[in-house]
Amino acid sequence: MKTIFKSIFLFLITTTFIVSCAPSEKKGNSNKGAIAGNAAEKVYVAPGEHDSHYAFISGGFSGQLSVYGLPSGRLFRVIPVFSQDPEKGYGYSEETKPMLMTSHGFIPWGDSHHPDISQTNGSVDGRWVFINENNTPRIARISLETFETEEIIEIPNSAGNHSSSYVTENSEYVVAGTRFAIPYPQKDMPISEMKGNFKGALSFLKIDQETGHMNIDFQIMMPGFNYDKAHPGRNKSSDWFFFTTYNTEESHTLMEVNASQNDKDYIAAINWKKIAEYVANGGGKKVPANYAHNIWDDDKHMATTTMKKEVLIVEPKEVPGAIYFLPTAKSPHGCDVDPTGEYIIGSGKLAASMTIHSFSKMIKAIEDKAFDGDAYGIPIIKYEAVNYGAVAPGAGLGPLHTEFDSRGNAYTTFFISSEVVKWNIKDLKVVDRHPVYYSVGHLMIPGGNSRTPDDKYLVAMNKITKDRYLPTGPEVCQSAQLFDISGDKMELLLDFPTIGEPHYAAGIAAEKIASKSKKIFRLADNTHPYAVKSEAETRVVREGKNVHIYMSMIRSHFSPDNIEGVKVGDKVYFHVTNLEQDYDVPHGIAMIGANTSELLVMPGRTTTFTWEPKQVGVWPFYCTDFCSALHQEMQGYVRVSAKGSNVPISYTLDGDIPGKEDDL
Amino acid sequence: MKSKQLVIIMISMFLFIACKKEPLANDQTSVTATSTVEKEHQGQASVAASEGEDLNVLQVAMSLPDFKTLVVAVEAAGVQDALVNAGPLTVFAPVNTAFDKLPEGTVETLLKPENKEKLAFILVNHVAPSNYPIKQLKKEAKKGRKLYMASGKYLEVENKDGKIFVGGTEILKSVKVSNGWIHVVGDVLVPSEGK
Repeated sequence: MKTIFKSIFLFLITTTFIVSCAPSEKKGNSNKGAIAGNAAEKVYVAPGEHDSHYAFISGGFSGQLSVYGLPSGRLFRVIPVFSQDPEKGYGYSEETKPMLMTSHGFIPWGDSHHPDISQTNGSVDGRWVFINENNTPRIARISLETFETEEIIEIPNSAGNHSSSYVTENSEYVVAGTRFAIPYPQKDMPISEMKGNFKGALSFLKIDQETGHMNIDFQIMMPGFNYDKAHPGRNKSSDWFFFTTYNTEESHTLMEVNASQNDKDYIAAINWKKIAEYVANGGGKKVPANYAHNIWDDDKHMATTTMKKEVLIVEPKEVPGAIYFLPTAKSPHGCDVDPTGEYIIGSGKLAASMTIHSFSKMIKAIEDKAFDGDAYGIPIIKYEAVNYGAVAPGAGLGPLHTEFDSRGNAYTTFFISSEVVKWNIKDLKVVDRHPVYYSVGHLMIPGGNSRTPDDKYLVAMNKITKDRYLPTGPEVCQSAQLFDISGDKMELLLDFPTIGEPHYAAGIAAEKIASKSKKIFRLADNTHPYAVKSEAETRVVREGKNVHIYMSMIRSHFSPDNIEGVKVGDKVYFHVTNLEQDYDVPHGIAMIGANTSELLVMPGRTTTFTWEPKQVGVWPFYCTDFCSALHQEMQGYVRVSAKGSNVPISYTLDGDIPGKEDDL
Repeated sequence: MKSKQLVIIMISMFLFIACKKEPLANDQTSVTATSTVEKEHQGQASVAASEGEDLNVLQVAMSLPDFKTLVVAVEAAGVQDALVNAGPLTVFAPVNTAFDKLPEGTVETLLKPENKEKLAFILVNHVAPSNYPIKQLKKEAKKGRKLYMASGKYLEVENKDGKIFVGGTEILKSVKVSNGWIHVVGDVLVPSEGK
């Protein structure tokens, strides 16, 4: 009883302290870009404590996706997606190589752009992150249980997969729009004959709700414009998808001049539900294609590539009433829809103002047939009939992207004037503006492109940093900046460097993901054909020139660790299973002279690398990840004999054949 | 025991939450100091196992009533963190009755704060920083290799008709844990004073 009282007393004291911890209102601003005095406290996450949000920040031309904590800006992990990563063996191990297969063969690099988190009922749900690859058109799906890339699908009839990879409100579809117009089907033809002959495919990939697997349901073969960005409708407009276009001039050279001739280009409004129904009822036409679909299997611990040979094409004219063009100022780039679904915002990168269209006006204009002619048969809605207004001139220069809070405000980045501008969506008045350092591209509010923004933080992703960090030669880091947007004024809290280019990001509350993060792979579930479940199963098997080593790793040794009978000219497969079933105990392996990366093997997983020994001798291998107190002892030898030698295959651990120890 | 743990948890929470900038008020500090004899513990030992995960040496020992005395001793000596490390570790874990075999008053004396170091020395004499399943111990016996213990001392391994003895005491049972092995023994392995 006494102790209970003691506990209660302590609890009360603790509570007192929690209350007293509230950040105190403080002082004036320092002169460092209006950083408030208590900014440090707002981003300080004490040792051992966790951040409140995950931020998945695109690595841009690194081809990867990075995982940061907010508000601390601490980097947790770089998830390899479209580029090889020797640190994790991704794209080097035999099991992960198929992830990077395309119709052009194995491609070791990609250009990642727009991560987007899966949604349920218009809110981010933390199942998967999708991200697009711009150069060799692909979309990847990343598991938020393993934080690994589980699937990559190539997009045919596309080039520069930029207006991608955005998901609809219940993750029915993830979308890809081609940036470059290209011949369809691809063929040998003069470039100068582009106009009217090139096409722009918009691809809708259906997502399997159980597995997450993507499948190209249909491609809409649009006119040969450039499709720049896209945004699914929200709430009342959730049946629609919006794509900005530029180069409606259909020019093919000196684009910086020739694609800026028209005063207005378009936002393409597409009723995807209508087209999906058309397709479900047998509409569209299957045409030959060739594209890779790569799927990772967590039980087999390997990826497989399937080359797909067909894709379903829908011509816009086949589905009347499903596609319209909304005139929008000057080569619009950003395309954003507010949480209510009413406002569609097109940001002309050279324009002085943003164009705000109204969804309800659009529906009315369609009913009234308020059209201003057509482009390749697609009705162009009269500007006045769809436009809600423009954000006042002088708001900034070079608007790019907009995200939203839950209080009716929009936040738009301005590249040229290097600032974030907060404005009220209804009255289009500027409420606040804050400089960024420098030249901001995208911005991200967790859930800020969904129906339910989680609007405490805003991350601005900058293309240029100049003097913001210690210099590192001609190439300096790119950077993100964290703002607190919970008050009337945006408050700059933190700069933090990013990997590659922080192109775009997606954010989510930590509690939606953290508890289901996978810790180990169950050895019992491992169905890799070369897996071993115990040391007794480890062995070496010669099949002609191929030598397969079924190897295990556990603190702190490999089994077997002495191997003889390998010859110059052999191809040696190290199939290595980590027998650990303990959290955070990966082991690594590297072999001298292997023309590949190390392997980093998670508990319960089997991974393979190959080694083609070229020199006679006794060659060591060792564990690369500091796994245990005796990590430095975790090593072994392979004896390599000359071609034609008659040394037989043998393998031991501590002098015995594993599983065949003398009767002890 | 339970209430003691509760107090420790409360205190750790208190320290965790305490603001970094504001200095602690004096009276509150003194409450912390007087309400606990044991030092708050915030090392790796405080990491809880999650569902589906195997338990480590310390977690297994704490879950079994047979090791009640051992766990008390481990906490008194402050060597918890050494039992949760990635290791690998092999722990020869004496059951409660093993401590009863010691001369009367030994345990009480060792549990006194001034004998903390001595207690720790005895305890780590039960820990080998290596991976020794029974099969490997048989091999050690056969090859005449001694076990190097965390105390810096060596223990001899013997195989008597299939029964394995370490430091003269028999291994009664073995448990695989996430960071190595627990071999249950019926005696405390008091290290010799010399080498």
